[in-house]
Amino acid sequence: MREINIMTNLEKYNEAFTTTFGIGQDALEELEYQGIAAWDSVGHMQLIAALEEAFDIMFDTDDIIDLNSYKVGKQMLAKYEMEI
Amino acid sequence: MEHKDFFFKRLEEYGGSTALVTAQEEIVTYGELTKRADLLAREIGRRCLIFLACRNAAESVIGYAACLRNNIVPVMVSADIDAGLLENLMDRYHPAYLWAPAENGVFSGEAVYRDQGYVLKKTGLSEDYVLGADLALLLTTSGSTGSPKLVRQTWKNIQSNTDAIIEYLGIVPEDRAITTLPMNYTYGLSILNTHLSMGARMILTDATLLEKSFWTLFRNQGATTFGGVPYTYEILKKLRFGRMQLPSLRYITQAGGKLSKELAEEFNTICGEKGIRLIVMYGQTEATARMSWLPWKDAARKAGSIGIAIPGGRFALINADGAEIRKAGEVGELVYRGGNVTPGYAESRMDLAKPDENQGELHTGDMAKRDEDGFYYVVGRKKRFLKLFGNRVNLDEVEGLLKKEGIENVCAGRDDRMVVFLTDPEKEGAAAEFLTQHTGISRGGFVIRRIDEIPRNDSGKVLYSALEIE
Repeated sequence: MREINIMTNLEKYNEAFTTTFGIGQDALEELEYQGIAAWDSVGHMQLIAALEEAFDIMFDTDDIIDLNSYKVGKQMLAKYEMEI
Repeated sequence: MEHKDFFFKRLEEYGGSTALVTAQEEIVTYGELTKRADLLAREIGRRCLIFLACRNAAESVIGYAACLRNNIVPVMVSADIDAGLLENLMDRYHPAYLWAPAENGVFSGEAVYRDQGYVLKKTGLSEDYVLGADLALLLTTSGSTGSPKLVRQTWKNIQSNTDAIIEYLGIVPEDRAITTLPMNYTYGLSILNTHLSMGARMILTDATLLEKSFWTLFRNQGATTFGGVPYTYEILKKLRFGRMQLPSLRYITQAGGKLSKELAEEFNTICGEKGIRLIVMYGQTEATARMSWLPWKDAARKAGSIGIAIPGGRFALINADGAEIRKAGEVGELVYRGGNVTPGYAESRMDLAKPDENQGELHTGDMAKRDEDGFYYVVGRKKRFLKLFGNRVNLDEVEGLLKKEGIENVCAGRDDRMVVFLTDPEKEGAAAEFLTQHTGISRGGFVIRRIDEIPRNDSGKVLYSALEIE
């Protein structure tokens, strides 16, 4: 049961990125804010909205600003008690 | 008023006061700003046309002051301009010089002078044109679709609008404005102009509200004000602006498109609680920058209104026959009169000596109504324009650009959401790539939708009302 949950969270997390930015899974690991055209300030707000919806959470101000890469976001979600 | 009294020519009078604070928190005094500006101007040596690659950096402001203090005419372009668009502008306008970041290879020419991070480059293009006597600067109209059409602004326009804005906002020498908009955008430029004119301070940064460095600089430097387009307010909402501790902030302004009613009400409440004034404004590059403002005392009861004309300006509404509408509540085209109405456009260097084609009267292209108390409300546009995150986008122009790329399409939408309808699903990627790469429209600013057929009436006209935009 737990295994399935972990998979689901990672999938949800990845999907927020791939659908928001229109990119493939293979591009995710090294992805950073302003590293691709789609992840500009507009894209960032869409990503935040997508993640908040997917995990039913509300990010703090500082976290919205700090979430500047795919990797950082993963660690951050742990704070909101999401295991990814 | 005489040209020698133009505020830019008197900036050295503020001497040791701080004019600029850079993103690295270095200080540039008015004395230093004018000295470095005049050294650059001496290198240019005469009245001519230059391209100024704008960033929110000291060298960019120095280049701007060099021009406006010494009768040199800048075309204000983004330092991040698309190479193709820059080439097109160079071909059309033949600037004598470029003032641009040294590392920026897009702006090419023979380097003849340097001030820190910026270099003056000589283009060697033929100067086969004349600059009109009062011409002070040129700005692009859209910022987004890359039209080479420029608005001509005179020094009298700039002085007039600057004075009016200072008066109604109550800008004081102690103010410290932090940049949230680029200098090549008329709203951003008007914030710079008004603060320089008052001997106040500009805090310069290219960082966005989504970067920690922006807020660190904001707090360290005690910013008292900033401006924002509707999208800025969306971000502020998301950042829980109501919970942020910003004790130095005195007032904020909003322009560049209409704030949704919900957002306006929410910010009116938040700002009321925090003791920050929120001033909603309305303007266009064709009117230098600002035409109206909504006084804070009226913000709650007139939410959604663009307010009243700025000091020295006057609004009227006209119907389809050009007759003035005097009755409250009736919709007509909004017409503005004032000293800030610019003389007109330029499409190439041959237009730079054109006379005043507007004679102080601007037909805004916006449809509006007035209430019984004399407050104005914009209800729509005469032509097919959208605002995407503060940038005006002409939908017909975008359609045309895509068609030129061989992509059959129609464009519609509302502010902050353009919808591009394609009949060929295989062109989706190409359309998205073209728009983000060559027009500067943000990928989040549009969605692409596939339709089987473009809806048209019997005479072949596109039926935009039949398109599903939500």
